[in-house]
Amino acid sequence: MKKELLCLVILAGLLVAFPAFAGPYALSVATLILYFAYTGQAWNVMMGFAGQLSLGHSLYVGVGAYAAGALFFHYGIGPWAGLWLAMALCAGFGLVIGFLAFRFGISGVYFALLTIAFAEFTRIGFDHLDWLGGPGGMFLRVAQRDVWDLANFRGPPLMYYYAMLFLTAGAFLLCFFLLRSKAGYYWQAIRENEEAAQALGINTFRWKMVAVALSAAMTSVSGVFFAFYYNNLFPEQIFHISRSIEIILGPVIGGVGTLFGPILGAAVLTLLSDGITDLLAALGWEIPGIKQVFYGIVLLVVVMFLPHGIWPALYRRLGFHK
Amino acid sequence: MTLLQVRSVSKSFRGLQAVRDASFEVPQGSINGLIGPNGAGKTTIFNMVAGVYAPDSGEILFDGKQIHGFRPDQVCAAGIGRTFQLVKPFAGLSVLDNVIVGALHKERTVAGARAHASSILKKLNLDAKAHLPASSLTLPDRKRLEVARALATRPRLLLLDEVMAGLRPTECDQMVQVFRDINRAEGLTILLIEHVMRAVMALARHIGVLHHGEVIARGTPEEVVRHPAVLECYLGEEADV
Repeated sequence: MKKELLCLVILAGLLVAFPAFAGPYALSVATLILYFAYTGQAWNVMMGFAGQLSLGHSLYVGVGAYAAGALFFHYGIGPWAGLWLAMALCAGFGLVIGFLAFRFGISGVYFALLTIAFAEFTRIGFDHLDWLGGPGGMFLRVAQRDVWDLANFRGPPLMYYYAMLFLTAGAFLLCFFLLRSKAGYYWQAIRENEEAAQALGINTFRWKMVAVALSAAMTSVSGVFFAFYYNNLFPEQIFHISRSIEIILGPVIGGVGTLFGPILGAAVLTLLSDGITDLLAALGWEIPGIKQVFYGIVLLVVVMFLPHGIWPALYRRLGFHK
Repeated sequence: MTLLQVRSVSKSFRGLQAVRDASFEVPQGSINGLIGPNGAGKTTIFNMVAGVYAPDSGEILFDGKQIHGFRPDQVCAAGIGRTFQLVKPFAGLSVLDNVIVGALHKERTVAGARAHASSILKKLNLDAKAHLPASSLTLPDRKRLEVARALATRPRLLLLDEVMAGLRPTECDQMVQVFRDINRAEGLTILLIEHVMRAVMALARHIGVLHHGEVIARGTPEEVVRHPAVLECYLGEEADV
């Protein structure tokens, strides 16, 4: 436990100090890694802890992004207020999907299909919402890039890096305590065997709903970040199923249900895919879709040789134990 | 005083009458058995008490209050713990964590639940395996874990569904001793559904016999094994020679 804590503190220190050594490109890659680490952690609450597979998490990123984005775009209201709207809306969406599924006994693959369906029809719906720019997209006003305007969450890349680092660390701590709480035990019991969980007095419907609402609300924060970091939102892009898959790859590769898996998975995948893009560019091979092929191969290798993800294997190798 | 009352309960599945007009009582503090050949409706009755199915007709009273139609978690909250015939451990969790989940039903804090769970593991001789994953346990240990988890919810009535099946005679005797001790020390009421006659005869003070969904005999173990209807359903009709 002490050894683990020490490693964690060193890692946190390195991440805080990182911008001092990094150039703009490295900083943007690191921000992206943290973005996927945080979002993966949010997805992990639902799948890794409570065992409910969502393949439609882009829904919550998108709704969160558009909610905060629209408040800023139309009324000039900053993201600190937008954040609450985003979280409430996404928790609401999650509860509706959860209610429909859990009330009527839709589970497993069929639940996953339902999550895809919701993300897809929201995408199509947003394409027809002119108030939010429709398919042409919504563009947030970009202010001066060198002033830290925290109130409106506008500033240099460094600010976005630290914001994402703060979110990732916060989500990690939240999940750490959740797993050791009553909720964590209940979710894991539901994940392992729902019937047995119910026989032990757990209201499985209620606790699955809590997991979905929390996961959705956490994911919506990624959306708010996305809106203010990239400043442009297209339904076709943000709600697309490939976005949902991208979100879950990190935790799957890193280790579903583990605390550190989503962070490790995000780092490995982002670095590898960027690495191979650079390598191919250096070699002069510009092959469209190579990144996706590469993702596929890595996924295959991990699933074949490390079915529980990289982190559980690495954890044992490093000599950590409970 | 009667703790559990099952009153003319019936249940059919698509025209198959699994349980017909079955009635029996379980007095507080007793150990009762429910036996019968395969397909007699034992597990169906069990599942109706445990809240898995609602009965088509009849009523189930626990401590004087109606519980038929409750969800399994509500049945647990009412004070009934159960085990599963086909064991259902939380395979990915440790043995201790399995029992902590049950203990959290009554304990408010995780630390309190951990202490309670540890004491139960000790009682069932599982404490040496507390930190192993439940998936690594042998069948007898998994059966014990089922019991430990159910006990951790601090039930007033413990329902045991074929908890002896698959155990060797010595393991079976150990289990019998555990239930006797718990019954004597804590006054826990037990209803067991069982195939293994050795266990039922050793434990139960009162036995009900089910056949084709109906209760055909009730009484002490000695009375029941001599009952003509019971002999007939287990061994066939006596031949005239």
